[in-house]
Amino acid sequence: MSAPPTRDEFLACVLAREIEGLDNVAVGTNSPVAATAALLVEAESGGRTRASILGSRRYNPFNDGGSELHDRAAQGRIDAFFLGGGQIDGAGNINLVGTGEYPDVKVRFPGSYGSAFLYFLIPRVILFREEHSRRVLVPRVDFVSAPGTSPPSVHRSGGPHALVTRLCAMAFDRDEGGFRLQSLHPGVRLDAVRAATGFAFDTPAEVPETSPPEPGRLALIREIVRERVAETYPEFAATRIGPG
Amino acid sequence: MVSQNSIDDLARRIGDGCLLALPKPEAGASMAVLRALVRRGARDLRLWCLPASGLQVDLLVGAGCVASVECSGVSLGEFGAAPRFRRAAESGTVRIVDTTCQAMYAAVQAGEKGSPFVALRGIVGSDILAHRDDWRVMQNPFASGEDPVVVLPAVRPDMALIHARLRDSRGNLWVGNAREAIVLAHAARQTVATFEAHYDGNLLDDERMTAGTIAPIYVEAAAHAPRGAWPLALPGAYPADRKHLAGYAAAAASEDGFAAWLDRHVLGVGAAA
Repeated sequence: MSAPPTRDEFLACVLAREIEGLDNVAVGTNSPVAATAALLVEAESGGRTRASILGSRRYNPFNDGGSELHDRAAQGRIDAFFLGGGQIDGAGNINLVGTGEYPDVKVRFPGSYGSAFLYFLIPRVILFREEHSRRVLVPRVDFVSAPGTSPPSVHRSGGPHALVTRLCAMAFDRDEGGFRLQSLHPGVRLDAVRAATGFAFDTPAEVPETSPPEPGRLALIREIVRERVAETYPEFAATRIGPG
Repeated sequence: MVSQNSIDDLARRIGDGCLLALPKPEAGASMAVLRALVRRGARDLRLWCLPASGLQVDLLVGAGCVASVECSGVSLGEFGAAPRFRRAAESGTVRIVDTTCQAMYAAVQAGEKGSPFVALRGIVGSDILAHRDDWRVMQNPFASGEDPVVVLPAVRPDMALIHARLRDSRGNLWVGNAREAIVLAHAARQTVATFEAHYDGNLLDDERMTAGTIAPIYVEAAAHAPRGAWPLALPGAYPADRKHLAGYAAAAASEDGFAAWLDRHVLGVGAAA
C-alpha cells in the first residue's frame, strides 16, 4: 500500500490532465509542480510528448539562449505553457508587475518575464497559482502584463486555457472571456471557492470533485519522474514527492 | 600577449550614467566587477538586463548605484523576491522600465544587426506597451487585412559586462553556450569582461570552441577573476553558493541588514574581490 498523494503530487496530476496528448509542453523557471506534470505526461506518452523544462540541462532541448522558447512559440511550435500571476482576474488578465496605480506600485512583483509575448502565442496556457484568495483572484488586475483575450484584429493564436489553484480547477472560455468552474478538489465546498474568489465565474449545476491521482500516475511520479525532476529541483523532489 | 586589466580598471571604465547591459545570471555574471562598482561608488547606472536578473540588480540597486532598471523580471529565484529591488520600486527611488523577455531579445538582436527597429507579435493590449513611450504599434505592411504589430527601436547598450570561462593569449573569450553574453557583446558599443582562467592555444583554431567564442574586436578590456561569478553559479564550472545566497536574502530584507552585508562582503577589509 503506497502512501497517499502529497498536495504537490495531487496538483501535478491535475495539471497533467490539461496537457496530455500534446506534442510540445514547455515549463518556465521556478515551476517544480508544472515540471512534474510535464515530465509525467512525457514519460507516459511513448515518445509523443516532449517536455522542455527551463533550467534543466537534460530535459531541455533549447541550446540557443533564452529567446529560443519564444521563437518557437511564435512559430506555433509550443503547444502548452504554464504561467502564474501576482493577480489574475475573471477576464483572464494576468499581472506580474505589482499592485496599486502603476508606476506608483504599492507592492512590486518580480516582473512580466515572457508572459506579454507567450500568452498571445501558446495555444494552451495553464494558469497555475496555488494560493486561492481575493488577494490573488481579483475583480480587475491593477496592471495588465498580458490580457486574457484580444480583439479579432489582433493576431492571437494563444491564451488562457485553465486555472488551477489549491481549491479547484477552472476552464477558460475564450468566446465568453471568462472562467467556468470545472471541479472542486476533495473536501472543498463551492461557497469556500466563491468566498475566496474576487471575480464572478460560471458554475455548472453539478460540480464534480477533482479526481485523485490515478494510481498508475502516482507510481510513475515516484518511480521515474521524481529523479528527472530532481535534476532541476532537488529539494522539491526530495521533500514534496511521496515515498515510493 | 594581449594586455590585461584589473577588476577595478573595468569598474572605472563603466562610467556613471551609462546604459549597462548584463546577461541573465545563468549566462555568466561578473559579480567581481559589480562589487568593484559598488566600491568605486558608481552612480546613476541604467541597467539593461537580458532578459531577467536577480542578485546583480539587487546588489547595485541596494548600494545606490542605479537610476533605472530595464528587465523582464528581477527575483532571487528559490530565495524569494529581490528585496532591495522591490523596496526601490515601491518607494520610487529607482525607475523601473517594464518589458518582456522577447522584446529585449529582439531589440538587442536588431542592435547586433544594425537594424533600426524590429517588429514583434504579442504585447498589444498590455499595460507594458501603454507605458512604453519608445515603442509603437504599426500595421503589418505585408498583411492583406488588419494586423497590428508592435515595433521596438534597436538597442545598443553603452557597455556590456560579461563573465567568460576562458581567455586565450589573443584575447578571444570563451563563454560556452551563454548566447546572451555573445549577443550583448556584439550589440553593445563597448564590452568589458572578466574571465575564470587562461586558455592555452587559440580558441578560434578549435571548431568545438568557436561557436562559444567572442572575438577581441568586441572587447575593450578584460580582467582575470577566478570564481568571478561567486556567489552565483557559473554553469559548467561551479554551483551557486546557496548558503551565501540564503544569507543575502535574509540580510537584505532590511536596509540595515543589507548595509551590514555590504560592509562584510563588498566594502570591508577581507571582502571578496
